[in-house]
Amino acid sequence: MKTMKKIASIALATIMVMSMMTGCGNEAAVDSSVADGSAAVESSVADEATGATFKIGGIGPITGGAAVYGQAVMNAAELAIAEINAAGGVNGVMFEMNFQDDEHDAEKSVNAYNVVKDWGAQMILGSVTSAPCIAVAQKTYEDNMFQITPSGTAVDCIQYDNAFRLCFSDPNQGAASAKYIGENGLAEKVAVIYDSSNAYSSGIYESFAAEAVNYDFEIVAAEAFTEDNNTDFSVQLQKAKDAEADLVFLPIYCKEAAPLLTQADGMGYAPKFFSCDGMDGILAMEGFDVALAEGVMLLTPFAADATDDMTVAFVTAYQEKYGDVPNQFAADAYDTVYAFKVAIEKAGVTPDMNVSDMCEALKAAMLEISIDGLTGNGITWTADGEPNKEPKAVIIENGAYKAM
Amino acid sequence: MKANSIKDKFTNLKANKPLRQDLITYAIVIFAYLLIRILDMAGMVNSQLNGLLVPICVYAILAVSLNLTVGILGELSLGHAGFMCVGAFTSAFFSKCMVEAIPLAIVRFPVAILIGAVCAGLFGVLIGIPVLRLKGDYLAIVTLAFGEIIKNIINTINIGRDSNGLHFSMKSAMDLGMEKDGVFLIKGAMGITGTPGDSNFTIGVILLLITLFVVLNMVRSRDGRAIMAIRDNVIAAESVGINITKYKLLTFAISAALAGMAGALYAHNLGSLTATPKTFGYNMSIMILVYVVLGGIGNIRGSMIAAIILYVLPEMLRGLQTYRMLIYAVVLIVMMIYNWAPKSIAWRETHSAKDLLAKVKGVVASKSKKGGN
Amino acid sequence: MEFIEFLINGVRLGSVYALIALGYTMVYGIAKMLNFAHGDVIMVGAFVVYTTCNTLGLPPVVGIVVAVVLCTLLGILIEKIAYKPLRGATSNLAVLITAIGVSYFLQNAALLIFGAAPKNFTSIVPYEGIQIAGGQITIDGETIVIIAVSIVIMIALTVFIKKTKAGQAMLAVSEDKGAAQLMGINVNGTISLTFAIGSALAAVAGMLFCSVYPGLSSTTGSMPGIKAFTAAVFGGIGSIPGAFIGGILLGVIENLSKAYISTQLSDAIVFSILIIVLLVKPTGLLGKNIQEKV
Repeated sequence: MKTMKKIASIALATIMVMSMMTGCGNEAAVDSSVADGSAAVESSVADEATGATFKIGGIGPITGGAAVYGQAVMNAAELAIAEINAAGGVNGVMFEMNFQDDEHDAEKSVNAYNVVKDWGAQMILGSVTSAPCIAVAQKTYEDNMFQITPSGTAVDCIQYDNAFRLCFSDPNQGAASAKYIGENGLAEKVAVIYDSSNAYSSGIYESFAAEAVNYDFEIVAAEAFTEDNNTDFSVQLQKAKDAEADLVFLPIYCKEAAPLLTQADGMGYAPKFFSCDGMDGILAMEGFDVALAEGVMLLTPFAADATDDMTVAFVTAYQEKYGDVPNQFAADAYDTVYAFKVAIEKAGVTPDMNVSDMCEALKAAMLEISIDGLTGNGITWTADGEPNKEPKAVIIENGAYKAM
Repeated sequence: MKANSIKDKFTNLKANKPLRQDLITYAIVIFAYLLIRILDMAGMVNSQLNGLLVPICVYAILAVSLNLTVGILGELSLGHAGFMCVGAFTSAFFSKCMVEAIPLAIVRFPVAILIGAVCAGLFGVLIGIPVLRLKGDYLAIVTLAFGEIIKNIINTINIGRDSNGLHFSMKSAMDLGMEKDGVFLIKGAMGITGTPGDSNFTIGVILLLITLFVVLNMVRSRDGRAIMAIRDNVIAAESVGINITKYKLLTFAISAALAGMAGALYAHNLGSLTATPKTFGYNMSIMILVYVVLGGIGNIRGSMIAAIILYVLPEMLRGLQTYRMLIYAVVLIVMMIYNWAPKSIAWRETHSAKDLLAKVKGVVASKSKKGGN
Repeated sequence: MEFIEFLINGVRLGSVYALIALGYTMVYGIAKMLNFAHGDVIMVGAFVVYTTCNTLGLPPVVGIVVAVVLCTLLGILIEKIAYKPLRGATSNLAVLITAIGVSYFLQNAALLIFGAAPKNFTSIVPYEGIQIAGGQITIDGETIVIIAVSIVIMIALTVFIKKTKAGQAMLAVSEDKGAAQLMGINVNGTISLTFAIGSALAAVAGMLFCSVYPGLSSTTGSMPGIKAFTAAVFGGIGSIPGAFIGGILLGVIENLSKAYISTQLSDAIVFSILIIVLLVKPTGLLGKNIQEKV
């Protein structure tokens, strides 16, 4: 009996190792043609083959609790790539993406990075969430591979010069929110409800609080919740209410915001609500009564029901293909792919270049390009990897965004 | 004299089955290590496999150390990730502080590992105390609670350093009141970023061998027999004068210290260390328990192999995209039923190993005739 | 006044835990296994109600019936496929691990079927809240219903086990499977029935949980599941009134520590109290003290 068990486990192990080895055997060829630019024979082969493509490695959570963000990024990036390829790519060179799951876990994210590296990725789109992105950025820095994260908001995500981001950073959003509230005199007493176990949320809260001292409103309550406790907000709301806050700042995602607004309504508490880009998507949330979001203000670079041609085209195409209304993660990913395209055009890189040379060229090009995307017009980048774009303040009126 | 005893051991090897088994276990690890190294030199190891090597060591160590508690002491622990968490954060904190003071990784990293192991071991003693009073599921829930407490508290810790020294706060990073030049060492939910990447496969394998050595020696020793006596019958063990308190605490402490070591290895492998439910919550504790149970409770080599297989499996299933975790769940259930169901065991007994070996040989032979793939 | 509001919210949260813990403790008491998939059956129940009521637009009553029936079937199916083969295995841990496998399976299946985007559950409770203390305190309809339902279920379960033949059979199976079989009790049938009832309770718990806390995604059930398990142990696992009291206490402690100590550390506080209680009373509040025989 024991032997049988052993045989089974050994067989399984062997199959696994074999599949790894065969996998690596196939990829070895790709690797050498990509990574080893000096191998003249191989690179010329790649040149002649019209099949040569720019390979983008995508990393993000497509299973588990954060899957909603990763899937949005994956879908929108696929959409953008399909569009670019349909329009002839960059000088006839097509794009190709391999998107790998990281389960919103730093370790799995690095595993995913290694998989796309074996596949021959020349640039990285990801990781979608902050902590995994930091871990991957360390590896891309070691390999000198060009990386743009569509949505990694933590400061450290782009601490190295090979990494850029498309979204706002946490400090950027927190400070902008405080500024907006202060300058427009929206409130005197402000309460903050944030997710202390989430880098995005706590990052925005910290910079918000730091900036708030410059304006004449007071933070009367700062109540946290954690990922394990994100269903019941009655205590936090009660405290905000007791502190007589006339505005509640919510640097959280719509996943938590929807039940929070429902509960606030249930307890008859109706302050002004102010939020950041994480709130976007709340109107499209299935089953959510949009009347509850009436009057909610948010700073967001993207609004799915904006009427400009680009947004309308994107939202229609996305809905046709995936059935959902795209959120800001999707918009960020879409713009990220275009940033790759524009940077590649600017730098004049070709698929046969090695990863490191390509990275150097793209890095330089990033500082010169400007793109008009879904999340802003004339987005430019600085050497520290941060984008320059204006957040738009919108207010929800009659179930739709309205510019403020 | 020492040489003599080794020689004695060698001559006794044939008679001494446990020792032979242990040596086989070490040999498997060393052989696997050499194999990977040779393949690596031949350029046959891709980045995916390369990236998996250190995590494999981490989870193998965790599984082996948990088996000490679950298999040898016979107490269900659902808080193993908590010890790993303690080890990871204390060692990473040390490394982050000392990265300038001790630039040499070869000096710094062993100290960091030691610190991680010792701190986790102390927590092991701490959690070992309730063990003395509780049994079964009540103990399980206490260990689970312990793991969640650790995770919860670490998520609120902020430590920063500036020209005025260290600052500590459990409220938020702003309350540290740091100067402009201050750097965050631990920043709440962001945890520790920028831990030096000192871990590598060689160190991982060395730590795995140390773990195996400690655990296997303990099992074969007088202490180990005492612990197993406690597992099998507490009252009987007590009546023959075995010190229950001592042995239970000892087991918990060692198991925790080894988990702390694994935590240190984990922390120095990644650029960002956060205490999320996924990394250090009960989910992870349960995952380690899965390795132990699938590998065979009390079977040290089994838990090592199960950890490797189950860690690599979801990576192998990547091609399935969104379906992979679903398939993983199915495979897990099937493997459990195959390994543990009384009917399956009976079936395996009736289909004797010899027949099967012959069959397998036949299959292999016919395959090789076809000239491989 | 503020305190009373916090207390009411705590009781509401506690009733949810109690409701889930009742299912947990029943399955544990009779089948002697920790059903880690229980939390995920809750999630399935909530999704079924969501699909029938929100997506298909049918009245809540239909949703409730469909959810209870489907979850009952699901519970029986899970038991048959994943747990039954392992009955009589040399270690109790084997079935625990399979339960975890089932839990992963349900979560990932839900992710594939219903998508990753979280849903906002619409309450199935049609009642308005009531106001007490001269309108200063509002107790919403969901709170009243959930407290009432968990009390009714607790009493019904106790009566069922004490007074009916099937209930007595369950008790016998939980005491000694072998002896029960010799007495002519259908052990497999009894355990199936236990899972059926447990899963039906999970469906009810799921829809009420989501009525109060409306966020619904594939991982909705896991944290309440583990908290309810804690509550069941707190009250003395296997004891039905114990699960109820443990649940309520857990909810109240959690809410009060959020309100007066720290919202971030509430879990740490809850779990610390749990450890202390278990140190003082190692078998939980209402657990039976079993004398060990030599």
